[in-house]
Amino acid sequence: MMVILSRLTSIRQSIINTLSMILRTWSGRIALPIVLLHLILAIFGPWLAPYSPTEMPASIEEFQNLPPSPQFWLGTDQYGRDVLSRVMCGATSLITTAAASTALGIVLGTSVGMSSGYKGGRVDEIIMRIMDGLMSFPTLLLALLVLFTLGPSRINIAATIGFVSMPAIARVVRSTTLSLKTMEFVQSARLRGESTTYIIFNELLPNVMPVLGVEASVRFSYAILSIASLGFLGLGVQPPSPDWGLMISQSRRFLVIAPWVALAPMGAIVSLIVGVNLLVDGIKQASGMAREKVEHG
Amino acid sequence: MVRFIVRRIGLICITLLVVSVVIFVITELLPGDVAAMILGKEATPQSVERLREELGLNRPAYERYLSWIGDVLQGNLGNSYAMKLPITDIVGRRLRYSAILAVFAFLIGVPLAVATGVWAGVYPNTKLDRLVSMTALVGISVPEFVTGLLLMLLFASTFHLLPSSSIILPGVNPLTSPQILIMPTLTIIAVLFAYIMRMTRANVIEVVRTDYVRTAILKGLPMRQVIVKHVLPNAMLPTITVIASNFGWMLGGLIIVENVFAYPGIGQLLLRSIENRDIPLLEIVSLIIAGTYAISNLIADLSYAALDPRVRLG
Repeated sequence: MMVILSRLTSIRQSIINTLSMILRTWSGRIALPIVLLHLILAIFGPWLAPYSPTEMPASIEEFQNLPPSPQFWLGTDQYGRDVLSRVMCGATSLITTAAASTALGIVLGTSVGMSSGYKGGRVDEIIMRIMDGLMSFPTLLLALLVLFTLGPSRINIAATIGFVSMPAIARVVRSTTLSLKTMEFVQSARLRGESTTYIIFNELLPNVMPVLGVEASVRFSYAILSIASLGFLGLGVQPPSPDWGLMISQSRRFLVIAPWVALAPMGAIVSLIVGVNLLVDGIKQASGMAREKVEHG
Repeated sequence: MVRFIVRRIGLICITLLVVSVVIFVITELLPGDVAAMILGKEATPQSVERLREELGLNRPAYERYLSWIGDVLQGNLGNSYAMKLPITDIVGRRLRYSAILAVFAFLIGVPLAVATGVWAGVYPNTKLDRLVSMTALVGISVPEFVTGLLLMLLFASTFHLLPSSSIILPGVNPLTSPQILIMPTLTIIAVLFAYIMRMTRANVIEVVRTDYVRTAILKGLPMRQVIVKHVLPNAMLPTITVIASNFGWMLGGLIIVENVFAYPGIGQLLLRSIENRDIPLLEIVSLIIAGTYAISNLIADLSYAALDPRVRLG
């Protein structure tokens, strides 16, 4: 019990440290408010939205493609639905799906990369060749093929994007594991006769964590981009869900007469990805600072 | 060097084999009966069974894979289910159209990105560098379909300068009507530029910090010469890999860009074959896209080796 408690406090301490370090970089300072706003939208969006995101008014013609007004701040779409409400409700599914796919990719990639690197030899060779084979697909093509077979649903999308990001993560984790493996603390654990499970969870994993943190933030940004692209191509979330990519795709026919229907989700998606990418930059700089701090005493 | 090339080409063959198996497995796992799909709802069970026999769908999977890959290797690509045409006829033209887009985007985008990246990397943290880096960050953050639609909104709907769709009528050469190529190319360049520029900048900053560059500066070489002789060759090594992997991204990006502008390239063909559940066509198009990517990676590896003796000898 005490061990778990002390470990929890140390994890909390390191999160606080990382956050304060991110806040010291200028990209981090710009990124955090943007990302926080999107997180708030993702959690409370459906409650804060003034109208229903999917319900159509009784007389569609009357409310169709209305320009922004005090009643509808961002106008209405071709079915007379409030664009603002749809944008506000779209954050939830995008962010949760992206987070789920990132988590899956990290778990898969870490298990594959770490066991491959730790085992070494022929197993490592074979696993890495398979990863190379998977990486020789452009990710969007692989995602399209898998979704084509499985059929589009949010779970399938998360699973597909997670699977597609696995090989790159595995490669990074493997190379980190390879360099850790030769270090003294791992060698001595082995000589003490510790089990492989112990070495993996207590010696290797904690030291792969910083690399994983950066990798996860990069993958999260890719995941958002991929999910939005799949939605745009019609192979992601299906209508009438308020998915940003799908909304942009559906608004294309009305681009000339009702550009606000496209511009609102565009703004939402671009600000989210810019925010996440700035945060990635901040995290990278912060981890660089942390490394320098260690190196210089 | 010869040994290196031979080994690399051998690896590429294995990779392509894995790729073809993956494509076959994914498309074969498909729920739904292809024969029933072709014949439509009114088909009798007997006619479906007859077509299954004709298409060879009753044979075991490995047998079908071997005969498929054998046909493909002999250049016999089969017929498209939906278009009822030999796939060779459909794919050739589409491939040429996509290649035109890709080549234009690459020829303009890559030199521009490398030049800007070197310049920003030599003078890091100046105001202009901040501006360029910020632009590049926005560049990698904006999805292609957003860039494309914004360009469309600006140049086609508002200023009426360019046609909003890039449909090519049969028998028309896209090179004779270059105005339809402008917006798709610009969209691809936007993201391409951002990725390659960021990478080049980071590499240049790293190389500028090394001792040999400091020596070169201190021994009084003009800055131009330091950049051309010492910084560029070393900074370009990792950049080449990024350019190659961007080529793979671009193949994916092409799917979206072609969709936005209704440009009849290989990406549109892929989406069309998915829509029509046209498996033979889907398999070939996927194989072409993945194969192009693999070969671009091979070219990157080879040029990397040509520039860096450590790779080809070690």
